[in-house]
Amino acid sequence: MLNFSRTKIFVILAVVLFGFMAALPNVLTPQAIDSLPDWMPKDQITLGLDLQGGTYMLLEVDLDAVIQQRYDILVDDVRNTLNENRIRALSPTSDGSSVIVKINHDEDFERAFELLEDLSQPITNSILAISKSDIEVEDMGGNTIRVTLTPEGIAQRSENAVDQSLEVVRRRIDELGTKEPTVQKQGSNRILVQVPGANVDPDMLKTTGALTFHMRDYTVDQSMLERGRVPPRSVIFDYPNDPEGIGRMAVLRRPIVTGDNLTDAQPGFDQQTNVPLVRITFDRQGAVRFADATSKNVGKEFAIVLDNEIISAPVIREAIMGGQAQISGSFTIESAKELSALLRAGSLPAPLTLEDQRSVGPDLGADSVAAGKMAAIIGFVAVMVFIILSYGRFGLAANLALIINMVLIAGALSLLGATLTLPGIAGIVLTIGMAVDANVLVFERIREEIKLGNPPMAAVSNGYSRAMTTILDANITTLIAAIIMFQYGTGPVRGFAVTLSIGIITSVFSAVILTRLMLSVWLKSRRPKTIKV
Amino acid sequence: MLLKLVPEDTKIRFLHYRKVAMVVSLILMVASAGLFFARGLNLGIDFAGGIMLHIGHEQAIDIGDVRSALLDLELGDISVQEFGLPEEVLIRIEGQGSVEADKIAKASAKAALEGILGEVDYLREEAVGAKVSGELVINGILAVVFAVMAVLVYIWFRFEWHFGVGAVVALIHDVVLTIGLFALTRLEFNLSIIAAILTIVGYSLNDTVVVYDRIRENLRKFRKMEITDLLDLSINQTLSRTVMTSLTTLIALFSLFIFGGEVIRGFTAAMIWGVFVGTYSSVYIASPILIYLKLERTDMSLEGTGGGPPT
Repeated sequence: MLNFSRTKIFVILAVVLFGFMAALPNVLTPQAIDSLPDWMPKDQITLGLDLQGGTYMLLEVDLDAVIQQRYDILVDDVRNTLNENRIRALSPTSDGSSVIVKINHDEDFERAFELLEDLSQPITNSILAISKSDIEVEDMGGNTIRVTLTPEGIAQRSENAVDQSLEVVRRRIDELGTKEPTVQKQGSNRILVQVPGANVDPDMLKTTGALTFHMRDYTVDQSMLERGRVPPRSVIFDYPNDPEGIGRMAVLRRPIVTGDNLTDAQPGFDQQTNVPLVRITFDRQGAVRFADATSKNVGKEFAIVLDNEIISAPVIREAIMGGQAQISGSFTIESAKELSALLRAGSLPAPLTLEDQRSVGPDLGADSVAAGKMAAIIGFVAVMVFIILSYGRFGLAANLALIINMVLIAGALSLLGATLTLPGIAGIVLTIGMAVDANVLVFERIREEIKLGNPPMAAVSNGYSRAMTTILDANITTLIAAIIMFQYGTGPVRGFAVTLSIGIITSVFSAVILTRLMLSVWLKSRRPKTIKV
Repeated sequence: MLLKLVPEDTKIRFLHYRKVAMVVSLILMVASAGLFFARGLNLGIDFAGGIMLHIGHEQAIDIGDVRSALLDLELGDISVQEFGLPEEVLIRIEGQGSVEADKIAKASAKAALEGILGEVDYLREEAVGAKVSGELVINGILAVVFAVMAVLVYIWFRFEWHFGVGAVVALIHDVVLTIGLFALTRLEFNLSIIAAILTIVGYSLNDTVVVYDRIRENLRKFRKMEITDLLDLSINQTLSRTVMTSLTTLIALFSLFIFGGEVIRGFTAAMIWGVFVGTYSSVYIASPILIYLKLERTDMSLEGTGGGPPT
């Protein structure tokens, strides 16, 4: 067990050297890191939000709403298709899980059925190379047709909605301009947002941000508004800043333009009154539609609706041709800025709910880092003193290995881009205590071997080989626990599992291989007659 | 002269006291289960859902004032406790049924705090919805169950089934007593405690495996020895290592407990307890169980891994 080939020694030293290089950036200033040659690793250990402060949010995309919206659109599609083809039918209805329509005349049924089947869109599964329809059209008897979304159709809509939401949330976070935010998908319908160093208002992410422009419906009078009775083509929105004091307004359901037609939104001031407002720019399609609508409706009001609430309803004084418009409401400079950012990032395809929110102030994070460091150093020194007292020269080798072990952990954490959390620091401190275990096992075995009368070389060699199975069994079982922790853990627990796993691997390396190399070099150069363990 | 905490060649008859130890363990386990069912755990918001505010202030905070100000808001169950320093307080408010309601409750709680304290430093704020907390509970339980099962399989594979069962019973003992500690002390039981329990599982196992390894080796070496004597011999032979490792781990953990800050104190408390319980269980649960399971030498194949030839 004490003979090392040159190659082996080279590999061991290379691992140690590489560990030192990987750990190096953590003790350098940013300038010094920049000046490192390209081949050197430059990553530092990332501190978790609990250590550097920041906000953690878990948002869930409301997939039921996505499916609901899809059925609402499907109802419109069915109605429009039948109308366009002059097929008379009872108005189609949706119960949230299917669309039902009854065709009036028997002779139209066949044609209607085929037309509705044409509404389907194929979903191609690129892996299985098969194509499925997103809807299923069924004959329910009695001239009734039922249209339902297939599981594939639902899955695709849901996935699209989650991906789009992720994109929008990412853009909104980017608008904040904070350092290294992370926005990632978690599970099938959740979005995990982590913003270091900043306290983020979740409302900023949850707002749908759907902007639409609608013409006012002048056929609806105040009594109809109060009773909430409006024709099907119209819809009532709340209007909190209504100058007429009613607080609600009926508008045509079909929007002139929507936020999807925006290319830019910027806060600004009204040139005459100096009141804050938001300037928006439409894309070509939006500009044409807006010009068309405004030129036809001079003198009438249109409503600017954000998330089902009217911000303002200005009167069209003249046709607006340039594709630029401004939204004035009762904005402050701040709220005009916020709305601009919201509009630039686009609207969410579905509502988001906040499921989990944690924020840590930067002071507490810094305190935790300081306390963790302090605990690690004190624990480290105390363990080393104890080891020297117990094992003398052998303890020295174990301590040297322990120091190298710490460097290797730091190097591995930096290279893997793992996040160091507060429980992670605890994991490292625990590793200090447990790393010694492998050496203790070996040293106790060596003591036994010496007692049996073996000469130093044989005693040390046997000590290592006898202890080996125990060391492996003991560490593999702990590693199993750590891996399961990683699998089922979230946030801080995962951070702990990562450092614990890394610690187990590096400590077996340093405590078994490194100390053995050190002792082998010492024994071979000095050839002591007796050894004290 | 080197420090030797355990004298050489100890011949302590550990298993002589196994009946007493078993009875004590059983009583402690039943008491833990009883406490758990009768009083329950002081669940943190990770598992219970709700709102947590960790606040700091320039002067010492009067907990009574904070509590009465918050009680006036009628937000249901609230808890207010000092957190490490008199200037820091940890407030927990029951979940309000919906995430929106939680948000409003948090805002009103903040307003009330600022009303009595003036400027408040919000060190930590957490709001966990019922859905997520439910999942965290399930994942936490799954993690512990899977870890124990994976370990059972590993030990079974490496040793004999007797050892696997012995190790798992020892682990269940450790986990139950740890939960009992939390039910008794009312320390907050949160996500990081699950990590602590899993680490205790790992540590206790580590310890058990070391003793088992020696038992396996001795079973091959001393083919005529009485099983109880053989277990005692194995425990005595590994005693020095057991004490050394427990001590170094405890040194590191106590350093963390004392200097590591209030946030991880519950976590380190669990770990320290776990080291004691885990060490005890390797000697008094995992080993005697082999006797009760009637481990025979015929169960041990002479070949097999580890141990090496008898010397």
